[in-house]
Amino acid sequence: MRTIPFFLICLVIGGIAFAAALTLGNDYYFFAGYVVLQYVVLSTAWNILGGYCGYVNFGTGAFFALGAYSTVTIYTLIDTNAFPHVVPIPVLMLVGGAVSAVVGLGMGYLTLRLRGAFFAIATLAMAVVLETLVVNWDFVGGSRGAFIIRPETIAPFGSYIRYLFLIMLLLAVASLTIARLIERSRLGYGLATIRDDEFAAEAAGVPTLRLKLIATTISGALMGMAGAPFPYYIGYLQPQPTFALDYAVNAIAMPLIGGTSTWVGPLIGALLLGSLQQIIIVTISSAVNLLLVGALLVAFVILAPNGIVGLAHKYLQHKDDDFVGRRRTGLEAPAPQVESSPTSEAPS
Amino acid sequence: MSELLEVDNLGKRFGGFVALENISLSVAAGERLGLIGPNGSGKSTLVNCICGTLRNEQGSVRFDGRQIDRLPAHRRTHLGLARSFQLPRPFVSMSLIENVRIPLLYTVEARGTRHAAEQIEERCHGLLREVGLEAKARRRPSDLTQVEMRKLELARAVAAEPKLLIADEAMAGLTHSEIEDILALLVRLNEQGVTVILIEHIMSAVMSFSRRLVVLVSGRKIADGQPEDVMRDPEVERAYLGQ
Repeated sequence: MRTIPFFLICLVIGGIAFAAALTLGNDYYFFAGYVVLQYVVLSTAWNILGGYCGYVNFGTGAFFALGAYSTVTIYTLIDTNAFPHVVPIPVLMLVGGAVSAVVGLGMGYLTLRLRGAFFAIATLAMAVVLETLVVNWDFVGGSRGAFIIRPETIAPFGSYIRYLFLIMLLLAVASLTIARLIERSRLGYGLATIRDDEFAAEAAGVPTLRLKLIATTISGALMGMAGAPFPYYIGYLQPQPTFALDYAVNAIAMPLIGGTSTWVGPLIGALLLGSLQQIIIVTISSAVNLLLVGALLVAFVILAPNGIVGLAHKYLQHKDDDFVGRRRTGLEAPAPQVESSPTSEAPS
Repeated sequence: MSELLEVDNLGKRFGGFVALENISLSVAAGERLGLIGPNGSGKSTLVNCICGTLRNEQGSVRFDGRQIDRLPAHRRTHLGLARSFQLPRPFVSMSLIENVRIPLLYTVEARGTRHAAEQIEERCHGLLREVGLEAKARRRPSDLTQVEMRKLELARAVAAEPKLLIADEAMAGLTHSEIEDILALLVRLNEQGVTVILIEHIMSAVMSFSRRLVVLVSGRKIADGQPEDVMRDPEVERAYLGQ
């Protein structure tokens, strides 16, 4: 399928989800749905670097917080009591995305020569450094945090949360489209070679550092865009919960549970785990949340290392392989095998 | 014939271990060079320094009239240097045909020649056919034997359309007829104008292929010349057979 029809289909599905939430007649569903959609964006963004390219980023919380604090900065700079909320949220998202993109590029340049666990540690360290900076920056509230009182309503959506939900829905659709586009492009092939074998990728002519920088920048930008409307959602923004490891852990767990090799995986993982978390928060307790993530992560790493998509693929492919295999032997039986020398058939 | 590759006074150490010492070597365009030496003599390190997987500490490498020491490996590949790895390093998540498509997408296109999708597809199939892997084009490298992986390694290097191809032990473990096939492929490439450096332990293959032979022992070059002369060299005999 082409990109534009895919984008349009996603939009239609999103529109149906929005309409369904409207008919339920309870704004709580928008509050809960917003968080789930936010995780769709975060895990899709994480997967562009982590899944396609194989670099595990523990700094999702930092990129998210950068977006959120860009909004606070602009709000403090521009908005006044007489004219509150003059900067529309889409503009705030572009700014938040740009800030996170620049930081992603810079971080990438400094850390992408590191591999494996060392890269993960470096991203974690960056998150701590940025949090320390924000805690000590009085202009955006420092450790006290910052208020943004969102308006009650906005035309033509009615309550403001519906507007926020719709914006996050659009961002989720855009993220999925971008991820899918990358996956099927020359860039996606290049990122996959890096994940498989970086030396071989260089030898085949793939400019590995440049591709990794592109992936980090796009990934960071999407995370920042997801964070930009957050102060409007939460009302009172504090550094500790905003930079929290929850975002990083969730953004890793969701693609792993869903499957990291395609755009579908993070989507499934985020919808499943995100919704489950929302249900648990209202039925059991918000503290059980991360316990659930941990337990599911352990279960999936052991039982289905390629996630739900991997499981489905394995099941379908097995049937498929069987079919193709039978058909192939039937077709090729009369023709002599080309590589029938004993050594090439022997197991290595 | 002009010099295509010029290695001048190259040196590489790993900590206190001197892997290569004052290696000078020039290879003319169109040559068929054999590079031999006992295990651990520095053959693969030399290849890694020429191709940019490792950085040399001393000396310089010039390729096609241009100093390439400081260039990252992918730039050297774009300039026309291709190599196969001694231990095959396939892209494990991709099918064989995708494996050979990568150099076409990233190296051949980087030189400015754009092909249509069907042309690329046709070329990929052709490359796999030449190494006898076309029947497995849609398989993953994990379905291959070690020997087939060596062939894939070679096909992927050839896909980059190099001026200089370095085949690092592409024939280990192959049967006699398969060695003949690979040698025929290398000779064919050479006749099309590709310079080939062959690193190999199988002496019959080296002797039948090479027009010139270079011997490395303990990181030093001890002989360079006509294959027959080199094999009669007392120092080479000593290195291979002991005193």
